[in-house]
Amino acid sequence: MTPDLECLDLVKRFGDTTAVDNVSFSVPPGSFFSILGPSGCGKTTIMRMIAGFLDPTSGDIRIKGGSVLDTPPNKRPVNMVFQHLALFPMMTIAENIGYGLRRRGMAKGEIGRKVDEALDRIGLPGIGGRKVDELSGGQKQRVAIARCMVLEPDVLLLDEPLGALDLKLREHMKVELKALQAAFDTTFVYITHDQSEALVMSDQIAVMNAGRFEQVGTGQDLYYRPDTPFVAGFIGESNRWKGRIERAEGDTVQLRTDTGLAMRATGATLSEGDMAEIFVRPESIRLADHAEALSSFDNRLKGTVTSLLFNGAASRVLVRDDAGETLEVNLPQSGEFASLKRGDTVHIGWGAGQATCFGAA
Amino acid sequence: MRRHQSRIAFFLLLTPLVLWLGLLIIIPHIDMLLISLRERISFGVYEPSLTHYEKALTEPLYLRTFWRTAVMSVLATAITLLIAFPVAYYIAKMAKGRLQQVLFMLCLIPFYVSELVRTFGWMILLRETGLVSNLLQWVGLADRPVELLYTDATMMVGLVYTSMLFMVVPLVTTLESLDDSVIEAGYDLGGSGLSVLREIIIPHAMPGIVSGCIVVFMLSLGNYLTPTMLGGKDSLWFTEMIYNQFIVRSNWELGAAFGFMLLILSSVIVWGVLRLTGRTLKETMG
Ligand SMILES: Nc1ncnc2c1ncn2[C@@H]1O[C@H](COP(=O)(O)OP(=O)(O)O)[C@@H](O)[C@H]1O
Ligand SMILES: [Mg+2]
Repeated sequence: MTPDLECLDLVKRFGDTTAVDNVSFSVPPGSFFSILGPSGCGKTTIMRMIAGFLDPTSGDIRIKGGSVLDTPPNKRPVNMVFQHLALFPMMTIAENIGYGLRRRGMAKGEIGRKVDEALDRIGLPGIGGRKVDELSGGQKQRVAIARCMVLEPDVLLLDEPLGALDLKLREHMKVELKALQAAFDTTFVYITHDQSEALVMSDQIAVMNAGRFEQVGTGQDLYYRPDTPFVAGFIGESNRWKGRIERAEGDTVQLRTDTGLAMRATGATLSEGDMAEIFVRPESIRLADHAEALSSFDNRLKGTVTSLLFNGAASRVLVRDDAGETLEVNLPQSGEFASLKRGDTVHIGWGAGQATCFGAA
Repeated sequence: MRRHQSRIAFFLLLTPLVLWLGLLIIIPHIDMLLISLRERISFGVYEPSLTHYEKALTEPLYLRTFWRTAVMSVLATAITLLIAFPVAYYIAKMAKGRLQQVLFMLCLIPFYVSELVRTFGWMILLRETGLVSNLLQWVGLADRPVELLYTDATMMVGLVYTSMLFMVVPLVTTLESLDDSVIEAGYDLGGSGLSVLREIIIPHAMPGIVSGCIVVFMLSLGNYLTPTMLGGKDSLWFTEMIYNQFIVRSNWELGAAFGFMLLILSSVIVWGVLRLTGRTLKETMG
């Protein structure tokens, strides 16, 4: 099956800064593809090249198999939901949604019918006569998507569309966007700097850093099997160390951190004497009262609770080990640690499989 | 006590405004209205009468000048808008950073010299022995000195030149407030350059267009120097007639009647434009 969207060795330079550096990816039809990366890494630049507002320095963009480099933005079969939505304030909602259809020269009656249909689709029937500024943030969001979807584009581009919404609404819109994508059955390319948006909605996620794609994969791939230290550090949170490999047996390595901690970890292509970066997620560290409860773990430590960070389901404890090093550990909410307090002695442990390490310079 | 003080402050602040409006605008106008509505019977003896308005509205020369001034002012406004819009669009949307400031300053620079000097500048360029005439002869486009002054076209150039800034400034301000991504969305959804201009840019710039046009129209209508100095013998401007009546003929009554006709004309046209574009004065100026 030909992919809906394909970028081949895409490069964009502004003067001597390279905003997008040799990016290639392909998006299969009907899927939800996200580009996730910190602000300023080049996400919007990729989007604007696909939409046609910027010409790539080199590389090719193909939609449904055909190159669109010579197609101007108003003729490309892609539409874009802008970061600040860019609804037309001088028009009513119905005129906004009908704009693209009018441009195509569709008959008035049919435009009216399509607009009503789209308003039903996004769950806002009967608001066609209102002005843009009479809508709430979430409603505007949906109108911006409907305005593109009536044109039945091959690919819909969304540039951080939830950035302007408050937290509660953002959580709600995440689910809603995914549902809209399923309802319209269109390929979505979504860019965001918020990992939870990407993880919740996407079929495939590309993690981007400084103009390059670090890794492309499903949310599970990125979370459980990061390819690079950047991905391991960017997706979720981690306790980090630097250390030297003391022994390597296949993927399992024995290493000692700069702080003197001995640890067993997992890391391919590493051999004795290599320097490595080690990542251990707070949620993969087990907390216990007695050392015996942790006998199945490769790495075990005794430490003192220095602080309790309460944050509902994501509560953490900070544990300081004998070497004076502080680790973040998830606090289970099952009740057994309800009486934990500062200064208590606890035991912590984690498996070699949960400690990921990468070669470092 | 505090209330009392704040009331005093309020009146202190209000006073200059009231004085300005009262002394410079309202009182002279009331006086003008009264003057225009009287007839001089003999030395120092006046009677209320509408005779000056009757004269102004029946005498062909007066009427012709009145309508000519109105039509030419509308034309000057339209030409100014047509030239200023692309300029303002370029300054607001295409020029970036320093270039933007420099261009804006360039629009302002002609106003560093007085209108009189500026108009003399035009005369030096355009007279029979002027720069342009010599240049045309040198290039070979003319075989003898050409007089470019004293035509309607020259006067129009002068009026447009004088008004440019007052159109560019409100246009730049409104165009700058239009988010670039709204224009891009217009293209993204299939619009062509022309349809984006018609459906998105112009409707957004409408307050700027209307306020710019009103200011330029009033400035042109009330301009005295440019039409007098650059205009031809038979392109009399209505302000020149007012001047003639007041100063040359000392016929204050007729001059005042002319003045009121001009005031009514500009009020009617401004009101008409606002009605036509469906805006209130408050929206446009606020
Ligand atoms: N028009 C431009 N001219 C020069 N540099 C630009 C331009 N647009 C973007 N950049 C640069 O390219 C980099 C990537 O920007 P952008 O794609 O907007 O990042 P993101 O959307 O990921 O936050 C930034 O360093 C930015 O400064
Ligand atoms: Mg961006």
